[in-house]
Amino acid sequence: MKGKPLVSIISAGLSKFGKLEGLYGREIFAEAAKEAFDRCPNLDPKKDIQALFVGHMGESYEHQGHTGATLADWAGLLHIPATRTETACASSGAALRAGIFAVLSGLYDVVMVGGVEKMTNRTTPEVTEFLAMASDFPFEQWHGITFPGLYALMATAHMHEYGTTEEQLAMVAVKNHHNGYLNPKAHMQKEITLEKALSSRMIAWPLKLYDCSLITDGASCLIITKPELAKKYTDTPVHIIGSGQASDSIGIYERESFTSLIAAKIAAKQAYEMAGVTPKDIDVAEVHDCFTIAEIIAYEDLGFCKTGEGGRLIESGETTLEGNLPVNTSGGLKAKGHPVGATGTAQAYEIYLQLTGQADKRQVKDARIGLTHNVGGSGATAAVHIFRRE
Amino acid sequence: MSEEAPFTIEQFYKYVEQGKLMGGRCKKCGTIYLPPRPLCTKCFSKDFEWVEISPKGKLLTYTIIHVAPVQFQSMAPYAVGIVQLENGLKIPGMIRDVEHEKIEIGMELQVGFEKPSATASQWPQWPRYYFKPV
Repeated sequence: MKGKPLVSIISAGLSKFGKLEGLYGREIFAEAAKEAFDRCPNLDPKKDIQALFVGHMGESYEHQGHTGATLADWAGLLHIPATRTETACASSGAALRAGIFAVLSGLYDVVMVGGVEKMTNRTTPEVTEFLAMASDFPFEQWHGITFPGLYALMATAHMHEYGTTEEQLAMVAVKNHHNGYLNPKAHMQKEITLEKALSSRMIAWPLKLYDCSLITDGASCLIITKPELAKKYTDTPVHIIGSGQASDSIGIYERESFTSLIAAKIAAKQAYEMAGVTPKDIDVAEVHDCFTIAEIIAYEDLGFCKTGEGGRLIESGETTLEGNLPVNTSGGLKAKGHPVGATGTAQAYEIYLQLTGQADKRQVKDARIGLTHNVGGSGATAAVHIFRRE
Repeated sequence: MSEEAPFTIEQFYKYVEQGKLMGGRCKKCGTIYLPPRPLCTKCFSKDFEWVEISPKGKLLTYTIIHVAPVQFQSMAPYAVGIVQLENGLKIPGMIRDVEHEKIEIGMELQVGFEKPSATASQWPQWPRYYFKPV
């Protein structure tokens, strides 16, 4: 089982990420689907794609639930079984897993997975309220704790316990903005300085504006198949060789640690063991930097460094494009943007580009093994996937 | 156990209205839940009793919320934190009656109880507890 491909990605698509004024979620998803279809001329979407799983966090943004069927129709896949998965910001990480299971079950040969979120039609206080729905209501939201607030509670604890600094948090933002600058589909395509990040307005101390990911519209998708069928569709499939998912208490106050996400550690362990690889084997990773502290904690939870040394790892430069383990080459949630339901498969899209040599200016040389780390809410869900090129 | 009030979040907040911090203790394995739960997630017993929890504890972590949801905007910036009570249980809440600059991890805090708002007409109509200096 170890290292054996579970499924193979034969194509992938991503809409432009950003404030897509006047565009509805389903229209944005159609853009991502079209890219995936065009990328794979050997695929006949109507004939070949047998099921759709899509991540979508909230119906509040567009007054629109029942997203599975809606997106199947607008992608030109009317009548196939279409199901929405919801695990907050890890919704499409869960959709990917559902797709993997569907192919592994033997029932389907070719499945589309993806995700979407339309957010920028709402005001920031409204989005703040909708996002908070992914946290505990009776004790966290009821007492005024926002989403940035939850990650700020983790940041304060991490700074106190390990001496992590606000500068180190800001370095994550500077790095990811640099990568986003190189990504034509990123929401923010501008570099920022450390000073600018540090002097940006306070959101939830110690987290400032530039410590937070963006409110973004976007959609993403992948087309997956059985490994033995992959070559029928493409010469350059990317194999998924490890998949893990775990859960935790919805309220962070009930958890043992505020400086680590146990669900992410468990999901990572499952994925590494299934893939037969170790953190040292990872050439490129997309991690869930919904806030800068989340990337630092991800380094530790994924075993890229020891517990408590995430701040020092960002400082070392090892996770920049030029380093030994580039992280968030797409710009991450921080600069590429975070249309929550689309994020999990958007991370996989970036790894797909990296492992097939299509990442252009942000291409990591000879990238062979990649990893995605997708977190739901404040860590009550985490999904980790490991990918290998042909 | 018919005389016992139900072990629910709703009942927890009814006690908060009375100025009491109450948890549910599993009669089988002794685990205390704050908030109470109807099912012991350690031993799966449903046999509980109410216990009053000491309202004193220490601050484990905190933040100052500047960008608040709609219903809290008039209060911003405000401090929230997670307090570990004397019996080891942890609860989150607002920290009041102390300057933000003086808040620090490890400081001793105690639970205070807000008067319930008479104006709330929608679910939920829960009063709030909060943390204040000892």
